Amino acid sequence: MPDTKRDIINKLQKNILLWEGFKPPQAGHVDTFGLGPVEAAFPNGVFPVGTIHELVCPTPEQSAATSGFIAGILGSLMKQGGTCLWIGSSRKLFPSSLSLFNIEPDRVIFIDLKRERDVLWVTEEALKCEGLAAVISELQDINIAQSRRLQLAVESSKVTGFILRTDIYKAKTSTCVARWRISPIPSETEDGLPGVGFPRWQVELLKVRNGNPGVWRMEWAGRCFVSLDEKVIAHEALERRAG
Amino acid sequence: MVKRRFVVIWFRHLMTDWMTLKHPEFRELPLVLTTPLRGRVVITAANALAEMQGITTGMAMADARAIIPSLEMMDDIPGQPAKLLKALGEWCIRYTPLIAVDMPDGLILDISGCAHLWAGERAYLGAIIKTLRSKGYDARGAMADTIGAAWAVAHFGKVKPIIEEGGQNEALLSLPPAALRLEPLTLERLQKLGFYTIQGFIGMGRSVLRRRFGQEFLTRLDQALGNEDEPMQLLQPVEPYHERLPSLEPIRTATGIEIAIKKLLEAVCRRLEGEGKGLRVAILKCYRVDDKIIQVNIGTSHASRYIDHLFKLFELKIPLIEPALGIELFTLDALKVEDVEPEQEVLWSTTAEGLEDGRLAELLDKISNKVGSASIQRYLPQECHWPERSIKPAKTLQDKRMTTWRTDRPRPSLLLQKPEQIQVTAPIPDYPPMLFVYKKKVHQIKKADGPERIEREWWLESGEHRDYYYVEDQDGQRYWLFRAGHYSDDQPREWFIHGFFA
Repeated sequence: MPDTKRDIINKLQKNILLWEGFKPPQAGHVDTFGLGPVEAAFPNGVFPVGTIHELVCPTPEQSAATSGFIAGILGSLMKQGGTCLWIGSSRKLFPSSLSLFNIEPDRVIFIDLKRERDVLWVTEEALKCEGLAAVISELQDINIAQSRRLQLAVESSKVTGFILRTDIYKAKTSTCVARWRISPIPSETEDGLPGVGFPRWQVELLKVRNGNPGVWRMEWAGRCFVSLDEKVIAHEALERRAG
Repeated sequence: MVKRRFVVIWFRHLMTDWMTLKHPEFRELPLVLTTPLRGRVVITAANALAEMQGITTGMAMADARAIIPSLEMMDDIPGQPAKLLKALGEWCIRYTPLIAVDMPDGLILDISGCAHLWAGERAYLGAIIKTLRSKGYDARGAMADTIGAAWAVAHFGKVKPIIEEGGQNEALLSLPPAALRLEPLTLERLQKLGFYTIQGFIGMGRSVLRRRFGQEFLTRLDQALGNEDEPMQLLQPVEPYHERLPSLEPIRTATGIEIAIKKLLEAVCRRLEGEGKGLRVAILKCYRVDDKIIQVNIGTSHASRYIDHLFKLFELKIPLIEPALGIELFTLDALKVEDVEPEQEVLWSTTAEGLEDGRLAELLDKISNKVGSASIQRYLPQECHWPERSIKPAKTLQDKRMTTWRTDRPRPSLLLQKPEQIQVTAPIPDYPPMLFVYKKKVHQIKKADGPERIEREWWLESGEHRDYYYVEDQDGQRYWLFRAGHYSDDQPREWFIHGFFA
C-alpha cells in the first residue's frame, strides 16, 4: 500500500508542476547545460529556461565569478545562433573574457545606461523580444512589482533572463525562479603543478521554486562545467571499493 | 515652332575648385589632384595657379614637382565629378527645368522661353555665371541656338558669350576644330592637314568630309550648326520624401496623433516600397494652432519601410507632443533614405537568426530612440596586445570581425576602466607578489601565473610596459595585477590591480 500512496503523491506533484507551467522534458530534446547535480535540483531535473534567474553578487570578486558562471551557461543558450543583450549602468565586464567561455563576444550587445530606471525599461523591452537567446541585466535592486513585470514579459517571449543584483541588503522577495550566489574558491592545478588552475566556484542555490536548494562546487574546465562533488564522490567510491 | 536656346556652362577647374572649397587653405597655392596609374602618379586635375606655371592634366607628378617643388597634392576621388555635376545641375533647376550633365566638366541648360524672366539673355547668363563664381567655381558660359555652338563658344570663344539667334555659323568660323567635340584621332588628322580653324573646312562638300573623317564628324558639325537635333539626357530631380496631413479640426488627443502618424507613415512607406528604399531618419512636425511647431525625430539602424516598426518608434515620442489648443497640420519628412537590399526583404520574417534578426534590430531602434544610440555597444577584436585596445567598438550591427578572438592568454572577466594602485610585498627580480593590499584588505597570494609582459605601443603613446600576474589569494579569489616598468634602484615600482578573474 505505501508504494501506491507514494505513486499518487508523485503523480499529484507532477500535476502541480504542470499547472504551474513546468513542462516535463520532451523525449529526445534535452538541452543540458552540463551542470550535473545542480540541474537535478530543479523541478523535473531541467535547468529552467524562458524564466528569470536572480544572482546576488555584492563584491567585485563574486561578480566576476558570476559573470564567468553565466557566460558558461550562455555558451549553451547561444548555440542556436541567438544574440544576447548585457544591460547595466556600470559595466566592468571585459568582452574578450567571454571568448574563454565558448562565446563569440561580438554576438553580445552591451547596453550601457546611466540611470537605474532606464536599465529596468530596457530590460523589460529586451525580455519581450523573442529573437534573443538571453538577457543579462545588472541591477542594484529590484522590487516585487518590477520583477512581476519582467516575469510577465518572459512568459510570452520565452527569453531567459539573468538579473545580477549587487545590493544584497535589500534582498526582497521576487518572482524569480531561482536565486543563486556564486563565489570563487581556490583552484587546483593538475598534479599540484605551480600556477593558477581552471576557475572554480561555490555555486549556491539559495532559492528554487519547486526545487531543492543546495550548495555545490563547480569548475569551468576550459570547455564545459565539471562538478567537483561528483569527482570527490567518485573518488571516495573508488577508495571504498579498493578498501 | 519655338526657337530653342541653350546655355552650356563649363567648369574649368571643377575638382580643384571643389577641393579648395573644402580646404580653404589651398586657395592661394598651386594644387593638383592625382591618381596612381600604371605604376606612376598622374595628375588628373590642376587649379588655375598650377596651370599658369605649365602644369597640365595627364602629366606625371614627378615632372610637375620638377616645375613647382612646393606643389600641393591631393588624392583624386573617382566618381566625384559626376556627383558634383549632378548636385550643381540640381541647383541650376532654379534657372530652367531642363538640365543635362555634360561629362566630364560641364552642364547643358535648355533655356528656351526662360531668359525673359530675368529681363533678357545677357542678364540671365550673367546671373548664372556670377552666382556660380561667387560660390567659388570658375565657370564659363555661353548661349547659342544649338548645344554644339554653345559648347564651342563656352570652351573656345574669345569675343562674346551670347550668340544671337541664327548666328552660330559666323561664331564658329574662327574657332579651332576641337570646339566641335571631335574624337582625338579626327582632330589629329585635321591638324596634319592644316585645318586650324573651322573656317577651313566648313564650306567643303559633305561627301568629301564624310569620306575623310567619317559620319561622326558630320553629325557633330550639323549639331553645332543646328541642322540636326541633339538629344539631352535630362536630370531628374529627386522629389523630397514629404507628406502633409492637414486636419479638419485641431487635434488634441493622443489617439488623434496616433492616427495622423499612421496615415503619414502609410503614404511615405507606400512610396518607399515602390522605389525599393527604406527610411533611416524621419522628422515629424506638428503645427499647432498657436503658431508653435513641435518636432520629433526618429532614426533606425536598418533602412526600414515597415509601418508597424516605424510607428512603434514614433509611439515612444507621442508623450513629448503637447497638443495644447490643437494641432492643425502634420508633416512627415524622410530626411535620410537608403536602398533596401533585396535580401533584406526577409529581414522582417522570423527565420533570420542572430544579429540579422529583424526583431533585434527593432528592439535596438526602440532603445536608441529612447536612451540614445551611444548606449548600445558591440565589440570586435583588434590585433593589439594592450588590454584596453584589444577590443574596438563595432560601428554597425553588420560589422564582421577581421580577426579571431584570442583565447591563449588569461583575461579577466571584469576589467577596471582605470587600473587602481595597490601596495604589495614582492620579491625581486620578477616574482609575483606575496601579498597585496587593496581597499584596506590584505590578500595573501597562494598561487600565481606570470609574468606576461605587455609592451606599450610606442607609436601611440609613451610610458612604461606592464608585467601582468594572474594571482589567487587565500580565499580563492583571482585577480589580475601588474607592475609598471622595470625595477630600478632610484625609484620604487608601482603595482596596480587591473581586473578580476572568474
